[in-house]
Amino acid sequence: MRSAALQRAALTLAGAVVAVLLAFVVSSAAIVIAGGSPVTALQAMFDFGETTVAVVNAVTQMLNRATPLFIAGLAVAIGFRMNLFNIGVEGQYRIAAIVAAFVGGQLALPAPIHLTVIILVAMVTGGLYALVPAMLKVYRGVNEVISTIMLNFIALSMAAYLVRGPFAGGQEEGLTTSTPPLPPSGQFPNANFLFQMFGLPAPRGTGLWGFLLVAVLVGVVIWVLLERTRFGFEIRASGLNGPAALASGVNPRQMVISAMVLSGAVAGLIGLPEILGRTYSYGTGFTPQLGFLGIAVALLGRNKPLGIALAALLFAFLDRAATPLQFADIPPSVVSIIQGAIVLMVVIAGEVTRRIALRQEERRAAAGAAAPAPAGVNA
Amino acid sequence: MSTSSETLKPARSAVELEGITKRFPGVVANHDVRITVEPGTVHAIVGENGAGKSTLMKILYGMQRPDEGRIRVNGEEVVFRTPGDAIRAGIGMVHQHFMLADNLTVLENVVLGAEPKKAGRLDLATARARLAELAEAHGLRVDPDRLVEDLGVGDRQRVEILKVLYRGARILILDEPTAVLVPQEVQELFANLRELKAGGLTVIFISHKLDEVLHIADAITVIRRGTTVASVLPGDVTARRLAELMVGSELPTPQTRESTVTDRVVLGLHGVTVTGGDRTVLSEVTFPVRAGEVVGVAGVEGNGQTELIAAIMGLRPLAAGRITLAEEDVSTWSTRRRREAGIAYVPEDRHREGLLLEAPLWENRVLGHQTRPPARRGPWIDRAASRKDTERIVAEYDVRTPSVDTLALALSGGNQQKLIVGREMSGDPKVLIAAHPTRGVDVGAQSAIWGHLRDARAAGLAVLLVSADLDELIGLSDTLYVIYRGRFVADLDPSQVTPEQLGGYMTGAIAKDQP
Repeated sequence: MRSAALQRAALTLAGAVVAVLLAFVVSSAAIVIAGGSPVTALQAMFDFGETTVAVVNAVTQMLNRATPLFIAGLAVAIGFRMNLFNIGVEGQYRIAAIVAAFVGGQLALPAPIHLTVIILVAMVTGGLYALVPAMLKVYRGVNEVISTIMLNFIALSMAAYLVRGPFAGGQEEGLTTSTPPLPPSGQFPNANFLFQMFGLPAPRGTGLWGFLLVAVLVGVVIWVLLERTRFGFEIRASGLNGPAALASGVNPRQMVISAMVLSGAVAGLIGLPEILGRTYSYGTGFTPQLGFLGIAVALLGRNKPLGIALAALLFAFLDRAATPLQFADIPPSVVSIIQGAIVLMVVIAGEVTRRIALRQEERRAAAGAAAPAPAGVNA
Repeated sequence: MSTSSETLKPARSAVELEGITKRFPGVVANHDVRITVEPGTVHAIVGENGAGKSTLMKILYGMQRPDEGRIRVNGEEVVFRTPGDAIRAGIGMVHQHFMLADNLTVLENVVLGAEPKKAGRLDLATARARLAELAEAHGLRVDPDRLVEDLGVGDRQRVEILKVLYRGARILILDEPTAVLVPQEVQELFANLRELKAGGLTVIFISHKLDEVLHIADAITVIRRGTTVASVLPGDVTARRLAELMVGSELPTPQTRESTVTDRVVLGLHGVTVTGGDRTVLSEVTFPVRAGEVVGVAGVEGNGQTELIAAIMGLRPLAAGRITLAEEDVSTWSTRRRREAGIAYVPEDRHREGLLLEAPLWENRVLGHQTRPPARRGPWIDRAASRKDTERIVAEYDVRTPSVDTLALALSGGNQQKLIVGREMSGDPKVLIAAHPTRGVDVGAQSAIWGHLRDARAAGLAVLLVSADLDELIGLSDTLYVIYRGRFVADLDPSQVTPEQLGGYMTGAIAKDQP
């Protein structure tokens, strides 16, 4: 009875797979033009190392990259679900990260409370920063794309100023500065036990960031919120058909504000895996661009938490491949080409599968409408 | 009833369609269609919505190519790839929805796309002369220098016809030309069509309004379920017989039986005024809707009906006046609160306001009811209960669908509308605001929806019915108001009123104060 829904899901998945394959074809052409061999490149990408330790390290590197990408994808998707283009995730996570890192560095609390406070500060900061474009849109009709892009510039410059000025920590090492370091109670324990559970060696360095588990939890909560609650339904309805949502008693202003603020609050978490798991402060070397990559991840994941998780893993896999590619004498920028090609192909494949699905649906309805009707004249 | 247009064939028919078949994935839109149109006649093609008239006309106008069959124009076989081919063969189309540029004059609109040039420059003088000549020859009077935005519907239609004639058409296709006209304008159109016929032109007239067809047509072809089921002469049939051919079964009538009107006012409007910009679009409208009563609002579209509904639903703020629901002032309530209090709403444009097309039916059942059981359980959407209740609606309202997981867009207009009516009747509404509830649905769905409205009225529902279908209004309403330029200009007794009278009020030809 629910075969229709299942079939739609299968079609979506098939579309994504075809898109990724096509993207590899396009990228192969780019590799050949760059003077490399696609086969070597592919081998290099899947080369996770010879020893078990090397493989564990490579997987850790990939998961550590995927975690913030996943959160970024979620943040963007919340807005996308109701046709709200929060391009400001980039600015929201930067400002949230620096404020959270600074506040965390000032406190001395028992570990669980300390971490909770840092997470809450990040979410509130991100949410408040997203409230600005939301209010501008609701009360002044300012397009959120423009306002969030502008707010990104402000956020980036503000973060750069804060890290050198008011929020700067004591020690300076050459040109890099950072906020005061987090005390041990503000550092998130690693999740190396996941490897040890399977009898594998622990990865080197800071290990697998424990924030991964928080990210998974956030993913589940967002899924439940979007797919199962009234709020999620109203977001979806607003995205699918604004006038119909309005006529059905959905308050569009309230929805814009809550979706935008929720998106910003989740965006506030993007920087935390790194800060709580590795650097323990916000510095000038903080990973940029995650907000923009989140747009691509959300598109690739079709705005669904599970899809976003897969997309984040794929992007992380490709990012990790940059180093082995260099060893194989292939320019690592090939990775960017592949990523770009994938997103483009996915958008195209998405539209194609959507049309196929609609046509199938119409055909099924036409066939089904004729069959079960006991007696009647109309079709 | 397949009478003999074949037997007595003069040498050259204007248009001959032979065995036209057009398939869309999973659906046969046209199947073995055979029509012969004699030159210098008005040939009507009738059929209910979704019978395949539009597809057929698109084929004849080169917008779609048939999978099988032959088209002959003036005896010669033709193949149209684009509308351009059809225009060159002398076929012109007047669309149901006018395709005119409002900010241009009549003359500019007529030449648009076929501009006469002299030395590379627009030659309006020649065009003006040509237009005057055409207007004179066919009795189509319009001022060439007026802006289209200032014209009424009837005049706009004449511009469309002139536009087609200007391009040299000798065969005109008119797609539901009377749908937007009031009775007086229809008479004018028919006078124009007779003049065109006298001038030797051929008119193909698509309609489902049988009285009009019988009035104007020289020959009638009936289409049912994608195929031609009969070719008849208007003198040989009655409207009822024609309708039976169209539907293939008994014809529904919108007559309500004995009155069920009570004296309990459910919905009350008191001096309701709505402004748009600096214009008053709805002016001091006062009327009650009682339990068990259907209040009809007639009017030419754009006279404030949309604003009236938006005001009641809380989608537009009131400039003055108040709205009461069961004696409680709801003027400042949100749309959600009004819906929860029992105002149900069948919107005029179901695709725009009534459905999430790309969502399954059960989610469409939730729409507008997301704050009430069965759809809601605490902060959650109760998916199982919503599905179950959607199945109930599908069964009770005869929505033809393979399952409740089917996307809404896959359903035909009639089935979509039945789903909406079923949804709005759920959860014990007190008032139903029904805007054009049977627009664009087939006759089967229409009679079903009328039946549901009548049952609901009998069960004590207060219904406000806004419609452009005069038969529907007269047949269903207990009280009938006419709205003109944002005011209620007449309060009529539906059992006494004639379509002509109504038309008079609707166009402002008869002025009368609201009693």
